Amino acid sequence: MKNKKLNSLMASPYLIWSIAFIIIPLLMVFYYGLTDKDGSFTFENITAITTPEHMKALGIALLLSLISTVICLLLAYPLAMILANMNGNKDRFIVLIFILPMWMNFLLRTLAWQTLLERSGVINQVLEFLHLPALEIINTPYAIILGMVYNFLPFMILPIYNVLNKIDRNVINAAKDLGANNVRTFLSITLPLSVPGIISGITMVFVPALTTFIISNLLGGSKILLIGNVIEQEFLQTSNWHLGSGLSMVLMLFIIISMIITAIFDKDGEGSAL
Amino acid sequence: MSNRLINLENITKSYGSQMVLDDMNLYIRENEFLTLLGPSGCGKTTTLRIIGGFETPDKGRVIFDGADITNLPPHKRQLNTVFQKYALFTHMNIAENIAFGLKIKGKSKAYIDDKIKYALKLVNLDGYEKRMPDSLSGGQQQRIAIARAIVNEPKVLLLDEPLGALDLKLRQDMQYELIRLKNELGITFIYVTHDQEEALTMSDTIVVMNQGYIQQIGTPEMIYNEPENAFVADFIGDSNIIGSTMIQDELVEILGARFACVDKGFGNNKPVDVVIRPEDVELVKPEEGTIKGVVSHLIFKGVHYEMEVMANGFEWLVHSTSLFPVGTEVGIKVDPFNIQIMNKPESEDEEAAPIEE
Amino acid sequence: MTNILRKIYVALIFVFLYAPIVTLMVLSFNESKSRAKWGGFTFKWYIELFQNEAIMQALLNTLMLAILSSVIATIIGTIASLAINKMNRAGKTIMMGITNIPMLNAEIVTGISLMLLFITVGIRFGFMTILLSHITFNIPYVILSVMPRLKQLNPSTYEAALDLGAPPLKAFFKVVLPDLAPGIFSGFLMAFTMSLDDFIITHFTKGPGVDTLSTKIYSEVRKGIKPEMYALSTLIFVSVLILLLLINRTPKDKTKKEISGGK
Repeated sequence: MKNKKLNSLMASPYLIWSIAFIIIPLLMVFYYGLTDKDGSFTFENITAITTPEHMKALGIALLLSLISTVICLLLAYPLAMILANMNGNKDRFIVLIFILPMWMNFLLRTLAWQTLLERSGVINQVLEFLHLPALEIINTPYAIILGMVYNFLPFMILPIYNVLNKIDRNVINAAKDLGANNVRTFLSITLPLSVPGIISGITMVFVPALTTFIISNLLGGSKILLIGNVIEQEFLQTSNWHLGSGLSMVLMLFIIISMIITAIFDKDGEGSAL
Repeated sequence: MSNRLINLENITKSYGSQMVLDDMNLYIRENEFLTLLGPSGCGKTTTLRIIGGFETPDKGRVIFDGADITNLPPHKRQLNTVFQKYALFTHMNIAENIAFGLKIKGKSKAYIDDKIKYALKLVNLDGYEKRMPDSLSGGQQQRIAIARAIVNEPKVLLLDEPLGALDLKLRQDMQYELIRLKNELGITFIYVTHDQEEALTMSDTIVVMNQGYIQQIGTPEMIYNEPENAFVADFIGDSNIIGSTMIQDELVEILGARFACVDKGFGNNKPVDVVIRPEDVELVKPEEGTIKGVVSHLIFKGVHYEMEVMANGFEWLVHSTSLFPVGTEVGIKVDPFNIQIMNKPESEDEEAAPIEE
Repeated sequence: MTNILRKIYVALIFVFLYAPIVTLMVLSFNESKSRAKWGGFTFKWYIELFQNEAIMQALLNTLMLAILSSVIATIIGTIASLAINKMNRAGKTIMMGITNIPMLNAEIVTGISLMLLFITVGIRFGFMTILLSHITFNIPYVILSVMPRLKQLNPSTYEAALDLGAPPLKAFFKVVLPDLAPGIFSGFLMAFTMSLDDFIITHFTKGPGVDTLSTKIYSEVRKGIKPEMYALSTLIFVSVLILLLLINRTPKDKTKKEISGGK
């Protein structure tokens, strides 16, 4: 009995904190999203997504973030496999891939791509040296995709690596022992067992990519507006919090869908990043 | 039982600077239950992995049925493995697990279904087709792992400490189960364990290993009754190992007293090691024994009493069904047949190493 | 052959991840103020950096926020983890669900939701609002790295300590906490790093006049980043790198000896 009391006492600071700073703020978004400036109920802020400019912003955001997610998956899977099969101190690689880059400011790292991609930048000089055509992608959607892949790739590598690392070596050996060659072993054992990590990685890349405003701001010039840019402007420039909240609710719909998919595939939380 | 199915020739394997197997030679006959027995780190699992194809030896050859398979990948070998901790495919149900190898070989659905039924019956788990591995107990998972391996009709089944994760009672049941399976299937079993009781119960042949070397190969009776060196004597069961002197053929001096024995050919006045199993030490009235001692410890073990007797500066371990209370003066007698004489170890490697398990 | 291919692949990914970082380091020694051309080698930005009050103030704010928010989050998060671990299934599911919201939700939504909260309550936007926000998104990192450790914990060690006569509190601090320490520490480190690198949430919850390094950089994007900023980032990055190298250097050798000493 005493233990139970102590337990709820210990849980209360976090419970109060999360109600005050997680639950209530989210409810505020719903409140603002469903009311107009006079405080009366309306769906207008949500239906506003159907205007051509908002649809375009959402469409581009969906397209670019989907492409980025696929590229991240294709790049990350082989790397995660290599890391998981490696001997020795693997933690070191996690720090190098995931933690260390974060100590160089994220805005500066993204901006550095401008320097690298410039017409006379390092990359083009290398391409010229190799007699390849110059890359002119700065201020285009391609630069945004590059920025997304660059920023979110570690979030794809880590969950896949974690899942692969947990697979018992003997399970792989058992498949080979029963006559499966490397390709067969990968397709029928490794890949299905790593699905939770893949799904978790997809969510962890797709959600921030879909909602970003900063990468498009820094690498896409000012011409390309993603849904994130629209929301940011509604809050910090036009100060139309109602419209911004309504659009955020639309965005959250996509987030919730991907969260549900994750929950279905990753019941035990195997694929979580930490 | 005469045909040599597997031949290991001069196998050497090391990891970094750590030598795991040193110039090992071993053959395995068709239809035999062979156990690789030894403490952890003795090289038994590495030997099994080399036969299974999961390791390549640094030197030496693996001959299987007359063909050199040293560099053949595991999926092309005609043998199957039952892994430590089962290694079942957790994302597949039992039927899919068992069917895995057969599907790869392209067998027909009817054939596969038949085989699954047959295999589940064989391991006493009929009707488990649709269950998931996670919903089974450890012992059941182990049976499925065996079923999954044997449906492929391998010539040899490799078992890597398959009972290690089970509790004592289940382990004993599974030992009988494995013997039955082996007899029904009529194939070769190569079994790895550190448990001497498992080895003695099930094997036709036991290979005792230590620090990368084979210490002795023989039937369970030979290994138990006639250990070739102190390591084997100490590892297999309890024993009294006493440094002694061979006076002449059939006479040995143990702790200053002369005992008749049956061994010959060790030479005269040669230092030797003597092994006497605790159940072979006879406790009699002081004046009837070859040497005298005093009982210093007494424990009731169920089947027998375990006693320690201090005699001529050595603590003798004795198993006896008669009770001698602590402090009793006793005489010690040993039947000449029960005195096993061994040469003193020639190399360091044969010396009795401390056993951790 | 495949081994070489693997190494090349890993190397390429690392080049991709570190190319911008190296670029920034090079730029910090660039005499020219322009990002686009090389004007010769100089140390001057490293000197001017320490005279730039605005940057120094932003650095101070950033560090204060990172330290305060991660310490507070570590305390709240660790205590919460202990409580959650003892809860029944339903309680656990609810608490972990709440914990996952800031992790899985878009940062922009977390940012605007906190902004709306602060507007409604009427707190003045400034250091305090940023701190509250950072603590909020940091707690989940602590919980998610302490919980797995707690699950692995053998409850018998705590009971053994009680059995041997330790009072509960002492048993907790002497036996349970040291076992949890690695999880707590990595949670703290994660929280610190996240706070340091955050831009989006700070962007929505900061007030005029208060800047972190991130928001300062953002405000400079249009007019051009001051090279002092590159110098500062390089300094931070290199010191963390050295710290990591030092941590990695020290232990390890012992286990190796034990294995080879077996013979």
